[in-house]
Amino acid sequence: MSITVKQVSKSFGSFRALEHVSVEVAGGSLVALLGPSGSGKTTLLRIIAGLEVADSGTVLYEDEDVTDAAVKDRNVGFVFQHYALFRHMTVFENVAFGLRVRRWPRKRVKERVGELLRLIQLDALAGSYPSQLSGGQRQRVALARALAPEPKVLLLDEPFGALDAKVRQELRQWLRRLHDEIHVTSVFVTHDQEEAFEVADRVVIMNHGHVEQTGTPREIFERPANPFVMDFLGNVNVFHGHVVRGRMKAGSLEVDYPAHPHDEPRPATAFVRSHELDILRTPNGRSSLEGKIMHLSPAGPVVKARVFAADFGIVLNVDVPRDRYAELGLEVGDTVYVAPRDVRVYLQDYII
Amino acid sequence: MSTPEKTNPRSDPRWVRVALIAAALGVIGVLIVIPLVDVFVEAFGRGLGAYWQTLTGDADTQAAIRLTLTVAPIALALNLIFGIAAAWAISRFRFPGRTLLTALIDLPFSVSPVVAGLIFVLIFGLQGYLGPWLRAHDWRIIFATPGLVLATTFVTFPFIARELIPLMEAIGADEEIAAASLGASGWQLFRRVTLPNIKWGLVYGIILCNARAMGEFGAVYVVSGHITGRTDTMPLRVEKLFQEYNTPGAFAVASLLASLALVTLAVKTALEWKTRRDLAEAARLRSEGDAA
Repeated sequence: MSITVKQVSKSFGSFRALEHVSVEVAGGSLVALLGPSGSGKTTLLRIIAGLEVADSGTVLYEDEDVTDAAVKDRNVGFVFQHYALFRHMTVFENVAFGLRVRRWPRKRVKERVGELLRLIQLDALAGSYPSQLSGGQRQRVALARALAPEPKVLLLDEPFGALDAKVRQELRQWLRRLHDEIHVTSVFVTHDQEEAFEVADRVVIMNHGHVEQTGTPREIFERPANPFVMDFLGNVNVFHGHVVRGRMKAGSLEVDYPAHPHDEPRPATAFVRSHELDILRTPNGRSSLEGKIMHLSPAGPVVKARVFAADFGIVLNVDVPRDRYAELGLEVGDTVYVAPRDVRVYLQDYII
Repeated sequence: MSTPEKTNPRSDPRWVRVALIAAALGVIGVLIVIPLVDVFVEAFGRGLGAYWQTLTGDADTQAAIRLTLTVAPIALALNLIFGIAAAWAISRFRFPGRTLLTALIDLPFSVSPVVAGLIFVLIFGLQGYLGPWLRAHDWRIIFATPGLVLATTFVTFPFIARELIPLMEAIGADEEIAAASLGASGWQLFRRVTLPNIKWGLVYGIILCNARAMGEFGAVYVVSGHITGRTDTMPLRVEKLFQEYNTPGAFAVASLLASLALVTLAVKTALEWKTRRDLAEAARLRSEGDAA
């Protein structure tokens, strides 16, 4: 069941939550709507679900226009951030709810709920009440409840937002495995890029009610469409400078930028990810920046160094592989040279 | 410091505590306990047989009891429908005039019941706005049961709504939205999700509303017209018996109302305890949900 969102706009008073947003979700895929708070991702999800009505635009499930259909007629499974379990019902009754309102025969309800409780590995807790469950268990019950009536579409609003880090990690891997088993078209909202990249087939990055980029996690990571995406993905160093005659110059940093061969200089911003910077003891032939190590954080898979580059007056974040760190014998206060391996340059018509 | 007598720095001196407790108990004793006991002493003073005879032997007293048992349930049913509708509207929707509606629900609490009664006389009475029309169609409202129902409903109007609004706001609409997303119709959603969540608050509102409906005097006094055996409710009957120097009769009926009050108080206390627990539970579930 594919989902097509065409030119959807939505305002709340004077706040424009969505402006002409179009998104395609292929049938059977798992898509993440990723963005900072206020980007419109949750509003978009709620419009897809029918919990919110778009001011303009259309929503299609496959070829069926559901823009004006009520939520109860859309046959979607919705998982709420705060679970929204029925507090006065047992786990069994919570999962059975969607079946009971559809008047499934008693026997089939029992079978279906049993099947789902085994799927979420909570069959032992069928008789418990939500208040007796942990956060992770509640979220799994919420998921089973949403899946019980065999929805055409599964929608999840920040499904792991209210859980602690470890449970979150486990649950998102579990969600991915679950999706591989049942293949229901799924859309989830998150502000955590790691979560989106780890779980989703495709990621839609949103900002200020617009879609900034859509692609597979790899496409987005390797080819961020614009400075916003670059910056939002994080772990990045920013250099302000200008391009002229095919070269980007920012202080002593110089890289090719063939897309602007003109004589007239234009302001530009260069982005370098912290793992794309090398630390050297001596300047190399390539452009490298002199700096002083201010702080080293060696507890982790890579050593995180903070290097103050006096030329720019900025602090660079550099990820140094552990063996390289040992080889160089870095100490706080050392003067080093930082050389970028990969630089992404964006002309500055774009305000972050 | 080595004082032999330990004093708790956070509490007042002993004599202050004793004086305050004595004053509180004294006031409660004089204003509440003694009168209440007195009602029963006066009612049962001549023995159970005489008490029973007083209640059952007088046809007018019987009529008053029947009338109260007719008017109170109707008023209660009307307020039940209105209260749930108002609480739903106020706690689930944002609409212009919402604050005004919330304030208006409280109006019967702040208006003197006598004024409330007069308003109905002014509207439905013979000289009132609708009087001639009602008379032409041979409908009696004032000085008849419909007037009593109207006045009682007006006065007891806030109890159920006031009880439900804070409860429904605390519980929130999340579960109802979830139910809708699972395909529940409006009625299924109300019956299976909302009602079980608010049931104790609702029962509490019903108990209070009923107690007030049965005990209402002022508004009913104005609209009843005091027709013995026809429009006298129990409180009106008590007053009339008392004015006729029929003290045993007055206290016998009064004892029924007092018993109702005691039962209400007991149920109310039990429910308050339960509702508080439900509210705490709602708050706990929410805060756990919010803890990231």
